[in-house]
Amino acid sequence: MIPELNTKQGDAGGVKFSHSDLLARVGTSQDREAFATLFEALAPRVKAYMMQLGATPDTAEEITQETFVKVWRKAAQYDPNKSSAATWAFTIARNVRIDTLRKENRPALDPNEPMLVPDEPQTPFQEIEKSNVVDRVTSSIAELSADQREVIQLSFMVGLSHQEIANRLQIPLGTVKSRLRLSFEKLRLSLGEMR
Amino acid sequence: MNVNHHPEDDLLVSYAAGSLAESWSLPVAAHLSHCPSCRRSIDLAETVGASLMQREEVVLMSGNALDCIMAEIDTLPQDPPASTSTISEINSRLPQPLWDYVGEDLDNLPWQKLGGDVAQFVIKTSDREAQARLLRIKAGKSVPCHGHGGRELTLVLCGGFHDEVAEFGPGDMEDLSGEAFHQPIAGNQEDCICLVVTDAPLRFQNFVPRLLQPIFKI
Repeated sequence: MIPELNTKQGDAGGVKFSHSDLLARVGTSQDREAFATLFEALAPRVKAYMMQLGATPDTAEEITQETFVKVWRKAAQYDPNKSSAATWAFTIARNVRIDTLRKENRPALDPNEPMLVPDEPQTPFQEIEKSNVVDRVTSSIAELSADQREVIQLSFMVGLSHQEIANRLQIPLGTVKSRLRLSFEKLRLSLGEMR
Repeated sequence: MNVNHHPEDDLLVSYAAGSLAESWSLPVAAHLSHCPSCRRSIDLAETVGASLMQREEVVLMSGNALDCIMAEIDTLPQDPPASTSTISEINSRLPQPLWDYVGEDLDNLPWQKLGGDVAQFVIKTSDREAQARLLRIKAGKSVPCHGHGGRELTLVLCGGFHDEVAEFGPGDMEDLSGEAFHQPIAGNQEDCICLVVTDAPLRFQNFVPRLLQPIFKI
């Protein structure tokens, strides 16, 4: 049992702030103290994640530093009502990894694009308090069967494509796809979402 | 715009994980421009990523990492907040993720004819796994009947088509794999322009398109 680090709270001037508060402060007032607190809490996790995905310690360090430079630069675009700081940081780290390790571009949606069809009313998942949402998802992942969790983990933690998962587990490609679909549908239901 | 056909969850999960190759990611990202419901799914999948990253054991950063970052930050301005838009010059028929690759109005592209009714524009990506292209099918005309050695993702950009499976309009994605044969026929009103990604040569049923395949690399 690994002791749980308290990663949810930053301590700035004796007052506890959530990571999302800290990130919002970086965005609105270029708060360097908030940024340093966020860095200390999240950077060692980003680095561990990159090493899990196959990066050497040096490359993982480099990707993590680059990620936090981007976190600073893009912080003004962060909306604490829309996503948790951890989710937001994950997406930046993922994109830096693709640029650096795979040397590929990532086709990505710019959230500012006016062509975006306006969103519908809030759904149960969107209404979960952003400071709790990662914990809620963690509990839902724990409810998956071992088979279902495995394909999710291989996708996120090892970065395998469907074909690579099929090769690794020695199961047909179609089974990989259907397992991923089942797992995700289960997560969606457990978080109160509808397709 | 009413989107009826969505990418399957296996694509959304891999896209969110960053484990989907660049070519396949292109129609997924373009579909997201049209589809709030799939954007919610991506948000959920990215939170799965955040959850898994949280549970990783930590690896300490080097002692001067924060100083290095701060030094770099001092030389850079922050990006502006999310309200600014630079899309005004963009052809509205191309979703932004695709515009990033094509960079040209659809009418100005150097379309390459594939017979009388169909033209293509090959999109360059850096992955070797699959090939992305735009297809333009004349109104009321069809792509010769073909099967797939692998997966074929088709995202409608303008107009629409129907085949043996269903009817597809702008924003809709068709996901075909394995042995499925189909003959897409464009709607009568206007040319149908699609983004098509394949990871194996198409299997045309008729001789003439088969003959032309090596030339067009389709």
